[in-house]
Amino acid sequence: MTDERIPLLEAVEVTKRFGSFVANDRVSLRLFGGEVHALLGENGAGKSTLVKCFFGINRPDGGSIRWRGQAVEVASPAKARELGIGMVFQHFSLFDALTVAENIAVALPMSMSVARVAGELAAISARYGLPLKPDAVVADLSAGERQRVEIVRCLMQNPDLIIMDEPTSVLTPQEVEDLFAMLQQLTAEGRAILYISHKLDEVRRLCQRATVLRLGKVVADCDPAQVPKAELARMMVGETVHAARPAGLAQAGEDALVVDRLSLPAASLFGTDLREISFSLPAGRVSAIAGIAGNGQSELFAALSGERPCAPDTAIRLFGRPAGRLGIVERRRMNADFISEDRLGHATAPDLTLGENILVTRAKTDPALLNRGVLVMRRAAAISDRIRKAFDVRTAARDPLARALSGGNLQKYVVGRAVDRDPALLVVNQPTWGVDAGAAAHIRRTLVDLAKNGAAILVISQDLDEIYEIADRIAVLCAGRLSDFHPAAGLTAERIGLMMSGSGGPAAGQVAHHVA
Amino acid sequence: MWLRLERRSGRSAWMALLSPAAAFALTLVTGAVLFLALGKDPVAGLYFFFVEPVTVAWSLEEVLVKMTPLALIAAGLAVCFAASVWNIGAEGQFILGAIAGSFWPVVLPDLQGPLILPLMLLSGILGGALFASLPALFRVRFGANEILTSLMLVYVAELFLDWLVRGPWRNPAGLNFPETRPFHDWASMPVIGADRLNIGFLAALAVCLLLAFALSRTFTGFGLRLSGTAPQAARFAGISRNGTIYLVMALSGGLAGLAGAMEVAGPIGQLRTQISPGYGFTAIIVAFLARLNPAGAILAAFVLSVTFIGGESAQIAIGVSDKITRVFQGILLFYVLTCDVFILHRLRWVRPVRRLAGGS
Repeated sequence: MTDERIPLLEAVEVTKRFGSFVANDRVSLRLFGGEVHALLGENGAGKSTLVKCFFGINRPDGGSIRWRGQAVEVASPAKARELGIGMVFQHFSLFDALTVAENIAVALPMSMSVARVAGELAAISARYGLPLKPDAVVADLSAGERQRVEIVRCLMQNPDLIIMDEPTSVLTPQEVEDLFAMLQQLTAEGRAILYISHKLDEVRRLCQRATVLRLGKVVADCDPAQVPKAELARMMVGETVHAARPAGLAQAGEDALVVDRLSLPAASLFGTDLREISFSLPAGRVSAIAGIAGNGQSELFAALSGERPCAPDTAIRLFGRPAGRLGIVERRRMNADFISEDRLGHATAPDLTLGENILVTRAKTDPALLNRGVLVMRRAAAISDRIRKAFDVRTAARDPLARALSGGNLQKYVVGRAVDRDPALLVVNQPTWGVDAGAAAHIRRTLVDLAKNGAAILVISQDLDEIYEIADRIAVLCAGRLSDFHPAAGLTAERIGLMMSGSGGPAAGQVAHHVA
Repeated sequence: MWLRLERRSGRSAWMALLSPAAAFALTLVTGAVLFLALGKDPVAGLYFFFVEPVTVAWSLEEVLVKMTPLALIAAGLAVCFAASVWNIGAEGQFILGAIAGSFWPVVLPDLQGPLILPLMLLSGILGGALFASLPALFRVRFGANEILTSLMLVYVAELFLDWLVRGPWRNPAGLNFPETRPFHDWASMPVIGADRLNIGFLAALAVCLLLAFALSRTFTGFGLRLSGTAPQAARFAGISRNGTIYLVMALSGGLAGLAGAMEVAGPIGQLRTQISPGYGFTAIIVAFLARLNPAGAILAAFVLSVTFIGGESAQIAIGVSDKITRVFQGILLFYVLTCDVFILHRLRWVRPVRRLAGGS
């Protein structure tokens, strides 16, 4: 490669420990101007830890960082910015109540007035095609627009290196295209971009180089476009990933769940009202609801699960019986089950053990777990053991606290706890959110297998790749309204993207589909 | 070098055992310093405070008498706190229970027989439970913080008691003293000790053990704990938060009310303007010292009861203020809460990184 050039930033055997845990083990990396460099790896591989060392948030325990050939100590984010390193975080750090210009001004030296910031902001917006209104209030902006604010804030410092942590995780396909165009413009100006992601298609398309991390170590340094996708995935995971295939029953079964004009006002100030939602779920099929989080997903899940019962009773029919007013326990007793989006704190209690967490969803549905109101802990522990084995939940102790498990392992446990009941209806909200590729593949395969055995599955997800991988039918939830379900085959990502961003309404979606 | 408080990966079993003992030891050390500062002999002070009460049969019995209401109230509060509902008003519920129990022997003194005592105790439970349901109602309906409302209702209860005893319920044959008529025999707790210890003590032990079992082994108890530590998970388990608030407030209030009724039907024998040395507040310390385990409340109540008796004996023997009891109780609570932090956390010395290896 172009090793003679002086790298913009070079990491030499950077090591970072947290207690006895080695998050980065002698990681070396070279970034050059004009390139988009991918940092690939599963969750927990050490990507974020490493870039935090570059940005002065973490201090490495060993190794060195060179900037333009000079060894430097990045003591703080301020020092990083001074050198010319900017970072766009995965979780936005914006004040909702302030305007765009004010949000940018607070991150800059005190001397800059908001008016001057607004002026510079307009210039940068025009130059990179990032439309932003300086006096718009952040609370009113979409996720894509908020990210633009973060990017512009970063660009105001005129950085030579921009670190982006999972930038596309909250964007619609169209917004992703806009982002890529802008990144290409930035590299054309000679800037370097360090692009953290686990989305292989994106990385192969966008990045000139990729460094793959696994368990804190560099396992590969390659040109991602030259390496097959499955090979990249294998490098990340360390084992071959089997993709699930949508293969339901030959014939769809009867409707397990019928929702009829369900409307529900938001429970909180920042929630979304559900408006006139109607759909049905046939047995033997994986149905998926796509859409960006915050468009009514949590509210729909609460209504379907019975965490928030709703009127009229007939708005939700479970296996033919009106169930709108039934609570979650009654619905579970009808052999439905539900997996919430938030695995730690919602699906499980963090400070209870896995055995005790069995009781959260099953104490009232499994007669063997309650003997006249007294808990049979032995049985709960046995069920927990069975799930740990069947679903490959890796734990350090036999019955650890839920909080001690990694995200992927806990999600496998949560899915296993529901699937182990052999439910006839399973509603899952964001089944593989923040879960590593190996666990995600395992979970998706489990859901598809359950559908094959005749269960009706509803997956609510923002991950389009996931939806295409497992779903037979797809609908889109946008601003509390649900489109019709369409067969997954023949529905293009662009079409879904338009529906997700609200530009193609449910009606438009219907028209567009009558092709296949 | 500086110290940093870090979260442990799990609960430290060692610290969980060690913490109450460490808190007690630290209280002794601080107490010794306090006696020194007062110019008293610290060894003698601690002896009269903590040892003398358990060496004499009479005062040992008195320790058991005083620990009865403490254990009863604390067992209820432990369940309440385990559900993250903060009932600070047990003192008021204790008073309302005493008033409700006193209704029968005071207002209807001619009604006598073996059913009177059970009736009084039941009335006490009901009085305390209903009074504690008020803050629960305010919390559920209006989102009012139960810490404030339950505490404020204590003053309502105290003033109501004062008015009753000085006014409508005053003993007509009592020379204008602010007391009700003394309870008749049917309205008194059967004594089991040499002097004032009554069957209420055994009832308190039974209630503590029963609640410990219910909290740890029944689904209802599991639901309360879940609701307290992971409210969203509790909703996922189909457990209503509002129902939990009503249940634990009524339970803790009912037990405080029972303690109040047993106190006036037992050691006191009538209703007065002052019927509690602060049992309802001290029981909060008992509940935390017991680490919110109702069975542990038995031992913790014993310890706190010793401080009541010890405060009196230290007052007589070495002439310290009677406020010393409250001071010791406060110090003990402070150390209990401090030491409990180390069950889930630990201190570590952190060395600032001077320069990176390889940097020049």
